[in-house]
Amino acid sequence: MKAEDYQNLSEKTAPKSPIMKDIILAFLIGGTICTVGQVLYSVYYDLLKFNVTDSKTYVSITLIFLSALLTGTGVYDKIAKYGGAGTLVPITGFANAMVSPALEFKTEGYVLGLGTKIFAIAGPVIVYGTTASVIYGIIYYIITKFI
Amino acid sequence: MTKKIGTGTYKFQTPVEVSAFSSIVGQKEKEGPLGKYFHKYSNDEYFKQDSFEKAESFMQKEVLNDVIQQEKISPQDIEFIFAGDLLNQCAGSNFSVRDTPVQFFGLYGACSTMAEGTILAAMTVDGGFANRAIALTSSHFCSAERQFRFPLEYGNQRTPTSQWTVTGSGCVMLSKENDANKPKIKDCCPGVVCDMGITDMNNMGAAMAPAAALTLKRYLDDTKTKPEDYDLIVTGDLGSQGKELLRILLKKDGITLGKEYDDCGTMIYDCEKQDVHAGGSGCGCSASVLTGYILPKMMQMRYKEVLFMTTGALMNPNTSLQGESIPGIAHLVHFSMN
Repeated sequence: MKAEDYQNLSEKTAPKSPIMKDIILAFLIGGTICTVGQVLYSVYYDLLKFNVTDSKTYVSITLIFLSALLTGTGVYDKIAKYGGAGTLVPITGFANAMVSPALEFKTEGYVLGLGTKIFAIAGPVIVYGTTASVIYGIIYYIITKFI
Repeated sequence: MTKKIGTGTYKFQTPVEVSAFSSIVGQKEKEGPLGKYFHKYSNDEYFKQDSFEKAESFMQKEVLNDVIQQEKISPQDIEFIFAGDLLNQCAGSNFSVRDTPVQFFGLYGACSTMAEGTILAAMTVDGGFANRAIALTSSHFCSAERQFRFPLEYGNQRTPTSQWTVTGSGCVMLSKENDANKPKIKDCCPGVVCDMGITDMNNMGAAMAPAAALTLKRYLDDTKTKPEDYDLIVTGDLGSQGKELLRILLKKDGITLGKEYDDCGTMIYDCEKQDVHAGGSGCGCSASVLTGYILPKMMQMRYKEVLFMTTGALMNPNTSLQGESIPGIAHLVHFSMN
């Protein structure tokens, strides 16, 4: 059998990911996380009377704390198994991407283990996130300046 | 006299005896369909050590010491240990044997290491270089994940074709003795590397199935036998998809695998209930199933003729990131009670 034919055969026989189910679960679980964020905002803004900027910051801090706690107690990955992109995209996913390597690589020491590996997953997000925001900023600058 | 038959099957002058064997697994494997058969297990994924790498070496030490004790010999009575695992630089094996003063060969055959080690040990014994030689391998889910994939607590989804690395270790001691109640190794067929261009690291079964088909076909042709001549033909860790692909590939060559065919990766777990997707993988998968289940069943005469073929996906995370395809290999050992 030719390599190409085999690759086609392998693709054909491979069980497929249940895309529809994955999308619906991602929507529901991701939506739940965002709703929790909104509830927290209401608590900070309406109930505790912080201003808008502070309330938003406290929402992020609280979600990051909750995600780190759930990662440390081994719960977050179990939710993510069903949530997929729904647990990956919100700020909780970013916290999970930082805390999980930190937990894992502390056996190699706090500097070269934890310190080096903590950005193993989140690093690309930071690199390309900031790059994208710089490019966006330049485009925005040009558009507002000349148009 | 030449021991080579046909294209590359090697018949031992005197069948090499499997004098002793031992297996150890983790909690998930203990809960699987073969759970009750394994010699030892721990419900602690660290095996009371302080890192996963140490846990893996600990498992190897446990089974190694167990076979030495079973035979009531001292390490000096063994000439060689052939051992390997999935960690960088074969660290799991290097550390497990450092307190055992036996000449050592470290192997890397990915998940094919159990048959690779067994073949080399058997050749060494048959060649007259050793009275006793040991083959030993292990894998640990947690140390393999950090080596090949993501941190354990990272929230990602596994694809349907992905496999679950078995936490387990197996060890066999081969010797020149001739006890009629012990399984013998009659012949073997070392594998050739075969790459059909599969690049998906989460589909090892597909990457390894062509190598398995090639080795099995060569062996059957060389020995002029058919699948039904054996009570059990077992692959190492092709998983559910790899199994299906192997059947399809062999069928194209006119070989039909029947009920006698199974795969250690799908035997060790209940794929549905234990949520392991395509099945188990890792050196410890075939090693623990061989030493915990197959060899004991042979001694009970449940199986008399067994083809044990372990399969390895020979890539590393860097080559996969560079877009390289995954070369596969499959080594075959013929165990017999006759």
